[in-house]
Amino acid sequence: MSDTPVDADEVRHVAELARVDLDEDEVEEFAAQFADILGYFDALDEVPEVDREDELVNVMRPDEVREGLTQEEALSNAAETEDGFFKGPRVS
Amino acid sequence: MSLNAFITKETLDGSDDGPLSGKTVAVKDNISTEGLRTTCGSAMLEDYVPPYDATVVELLKDAGATIVGKANMDEFGMGTTTETSAFGPTKNPVDESRVPGGSSGGSAAAVAAGEADLALGTDTGGSIRCPAAFCGVVGIKPTYGLVSRYGLVAYANSLEQIGPIAPTVEDAAALLDVIAGPDDRDGTTRDAGADSNYAAAADGDVEGLTIGVPTEFVEGADEGVEEAFWAALDELEAQGAEYREVSMPSVEKAVAAYYVIAMSEASSNLARFDGVRYGKSGGYDGNWNEAFARAREEGFGSEVKRRILLGTYALSAGYHDKYYAKAQDARAWVKQDFDEAFEDVDVVASPTMPVPPFELGESLDDPLQMYLADANTVPVNLANLPAISVPAGETDGLPVGLQLIGPKFGEETIVRAASAVEN
Repeated sequence: MSDTPVDADEVRHVAELARVDLDEDEVEEFAAQFADILGYFDALDEVPEVDREDELVNVMRPDEVREGLTQEEALSNAAETEDGFFKGPRVS
Repeated sequence: MSLNAFITKETLDGSDDGPLSGKTVAVKDNISTEGLRTTCGSAMLEDYVPPYDATVVELLKDAGATIVGKANMDEFGMGTTTETSAFGPTKNPVDESRVPGGSSGGSAAAVAAGEADLALGTDTGGSIRCPAAFCGVVGIKPTYGLVSRYGLVAYANSLEQIGPIAPTVEDAAALLDVIAGPDDRDGTTRDAGADSNYAAAADGDVEGLTIGVPTEFVEGADEGVEEAFWAALDELEAQGAEYREVSMPSVEKAVAAYYVIAMSEASSNLARFDGVRYGKSGGYDGNWNEAFARAREEGFGSEVKRRILLGTYALSAGYHDKYYAKAQDARAWVKQDFDEAFEDVDVVASPTMPVPPFELGESLDDPLQMYLADANTVPVNLANLPAISVPAGETDGLPVGLQLIGPKFGEETIVRAASAVEN
């Protein structure tokens, strides 16, 4: 078992953070499965410190205007649009 | 009965002339095709029609290939069996009661059944190599940065690559030659593949090749798989290669590290699916958070929800250092183990999958058990390395795959070694 046990309330909290509605059956199922999976992830506690040899460098280029999607193309998959804009649900 | 290898069957013709003219190619359904529905195996995107082509699709068309359809897959690439597809599972053409592997199961099944000459898959933690092994065909996971990901619907950016699936090593290498190379629309691509001729490396010459076998990759494998694996190595030895055991203790932590990283990246990447710009709409009742949560409940299947939630958990305040930061340490450790191994050997070998193909339905109830089946493939993605799965005999009539892993941009080496397995 994980030293961070997961209960149904915790699953509901994470689902809310992730903006995913769950039904009650899913909440129960996930709580049991997450306990198993997170318990397995606890094995990472035994990973030693490793010197990372990161050889990463930023790849830069100047901003330049390029061809992109047309407005029509960009809107073509939206469920609803209005006056050339995406239509979304209200924000509050 | 149909294998259900394709989600959408439609033909797109390429240019008249090119190295792939006359060849039919199946394209995994998470790779954008202009004007042709691209679902990622998800109800979320069942009506999504991309307004542009992925770079690899442009390259296929320019090379004269005929695209024959969009191949079935685990939803957003999240699975090892192609059973999490919202469009139903694909059957394994070798034995229709079994899964084809995943997540690129439709791609591998189409090639194995002759429904396409070649296919493109994507590999985040084994999703090309696993189905290639289970269906008895060849699959290559290229070095990270060899092939453009522009137009690939992202699941875990730091791990995934597009790669070829084909009946033979030479055919797979020839398809890789077409899609490899830098792309200014994907800043992670490198120059390495620009003028490649990987197909020419399929000459079967393994004289003097040294092969490292990490004991950690072989222990615990199914007995029949292990027998086929050692028989393939003996065959390579008979052709002039030599093998020795090496130790890579880090790989014991690879599955945990892989799933923490992949789920964390998934939770971020899939945040874009809110039903506003594309995808299933959650309607307009209530406030935006409620509408988005509704769209995502309807649009995503269980495995996708599971990974988004676990990724959100792993990145949340108080748990980030315990899970995500430690997983990055483990990733560096795996890289280091491979670097050390490649000081002594040319390639690293293992069974691609520790088990033969599962029965359809066998594994759906136990996600952790399924994740553990990826033990031999995920270290390669963590280390950004190239690897190939090549058929190496069978056990009880089911295909076994041999995985050969090369150093960074060592595609020629693994193609050469794998071609000798076909001899």
